[in-house]
Amino acid sequence: MWSLIKVELYKIFSRPRTYIAFGAIAALIVVIQLGLKIDGDAYSSFLMKDINDTLTVDGKVLNGYLICYILLQLLLVHVPLLVALIAADMISGEANLGTLRLLFTTPYSRTRWVLAKFIAASIYTILLLIWLAFLALFVSMWIFGTDDLFLMKSNYVVLIEQNDVLWRYVGAFVFASFALLTVTSLGFLLSSLSSNSIGPIVGTMSVIVFFTILSTLNIPLFTIVKPYLFTTHMNNWKEFFDIQVNANNEAITGSILNIPKIKISLVVLTLHIILFVSASIIIIKQKDILS
Amino acid sequence: MFGLFCYYFMSVIKIQNISKHFGSLKAVDDLSFEVQAGQVFGFLGQNGSGKSTTIRMLLSLIHPTSGQIEIFGKRIEKDREAILEQVGAIIERPDLYPYLSAREHLELFAKVRKQKICEADINATLEKVGLAHRAKDKVQTFSLGMKQRLGIGIALVHNPSLIILDEPTNGLDPQGIADIRQLIQYLAKEEGKTVLVSSHLLSEIEQVAHQILIIHQGKKMVEGVTKELLDPEKRIVQIKTTDDANALKVIAASSFSNYLLPRSEGVYLKIPTREIPLLNESLVKAEVALLGIETKNSLEDYFLQITSNA
Repeated sequence: MWSLIKVELYKIFSRPRTYIAFGAIAALIVVIQLGLKIDGDAYSSFLMKDINDTLTVDGKVLNGYLICYILLQLLLVHVPLLVALIAADMISGEANLGTLRLLFTTPYSRTRWVLAKFIAASIYTILLLIWLAFLALFVSMWIFGTDDLFLMKSNYVVLIEQNDVLWRYVGAFVFASFALLTVTSLGFLLSSLSSNSIGPIVGTMSVIVFFTILSTLNIPLFTIVKPYLFTTHMNNWKEFFDIQVNANNEAITGSILNIPKIKISLVVLTLHIILFVSASIIIIKQKDILS
Repeated sequence: MFGLFCYYFMSVIKIQNISKHFGSLKAVDDLSFEVQAGQVFGFLGQNGSGKSTTIRMLLSLIHPTSGQIEIFGKRIEKDREAILEQVGAIIERPDLYPYLSAREHLELFAKVRKQKICEADINATLEKVGLAHRAKDKVQTFSLGMKQRLGIGIALVHNPSLIILDEPTNGLDPQGIADIRQLIQYLAKEEGKTVLVSSHLLSEIEQVAHQILIIHQGKKMVEGVTKELLDPEKRIVQIKTTDDANALKVIAASSFSNYLLPRSEGVYLKIPTREIPLLNESLVKAEVALLGIETKNSLEDYFLQITSNA
């Protein structure tokens, strides 16, 4: 199995297309970091304008932790589209090239090949996320320094001490990996249905956009299906940055406000991954390879 | 010794009544044949006759609608992995990864074989298919012929006992075609491989195959030993005259009438080679305006004869 995964990884990283996503993420993050470095004070003043009369905040609000949070909010919506570029091409791309028949005439079952391909696509996705984490968190910490993380939610503010922040990012990135692997498995499923790459790539992006709209609209009809849509759960990495308070309304260090919500989201995302990959295996096993 | 003896009398491929239907289309219809060990088996048919569909079923790329396939005495649907370990194949076009080099292709496909394939084996394969000098070049810079050679290299890199080559000379120049012919002969004679080769370049099959099978519209038309089917003692000849009707009348009234082949156009006979001069003499005597007598004894003529009668 490992030899099949190595073959798939070799193919993924031999293609120039693979590096587009890494380049795009780097470019976006550098541009945002540069903008905030130059004009960060104005931006933080804008953020704080509603609470300046009631609250005085000391220290460096626009620090590396906040920059990372801002970047994740912006990018974790778009990274799935970059993931789709590779995941949705894994099977359909080979069908289009005609190389799928080369793979399926080797002495390994189709199930093993499909799993090897999914694992390779997942490794790519995780590497993309690590790259994002490195640039968004560690480079931001290096450029902007560190301090307590001050977040403004819709009707309250959260202040997390700086020594209580890093593990939350680790949790958020682990959660985000589940969210992105769900996208990988969706792209993979659509890829198994097609013999060209464009359809599954556009299809994956369309499903994400469509489901995201359903997840965000507060229309009663949609609220029935919302809990079952993976897009509803993809943004719950933010839960790692909601903190419990004691009776005196003081933050409890090391706490998370709604752990069950995170757990449910992880279960829903994992079930989606299993469902999508299993469906891909069934489809490929029954498929006549005509390309 | 006894094992080797048995091997050469064993059916490497045994296909029994396989059919493949795509909706209402019968791509392969109740086809049965066997390929013996150490044999070069020519699988012939026009484009769309069902050759590639049959080969894809042999390699379990396509699931048969009905019938049974045995390779090395094992059922393909049950022992697929064990069978494919000993099989090397190219199917139709040489589709490869344009961003990888020839060497990278062989290294990748060596990795997915269970036996150990070393650097020397890869170099030997590159030499065998004449790509050693372009080993490091990306496939996107290759001609169709070079891609075809690399496809054959991938099929050979793990030293399989059964080699299935679907249209292996597609896109090759005359020298390339001759090279592949030599390679097939070498693999069968020197290395004792069993080779199933399909082609529509019938002259190529004629020169390499011990046994041939012709299919048309998914059905078996004829099967047999190449030498017997192309009996050198009997040749198909076309009598070229300015008046075919008169020539037919003369031949029908002569002792050569039994040799006449029923054709809608032209005058064709299947005649012993030694009697061709006598035929010529009798036509001249009967004052038939003779333009020539053309021998039509290639496999291609035979193939056209069989399929046009179908």
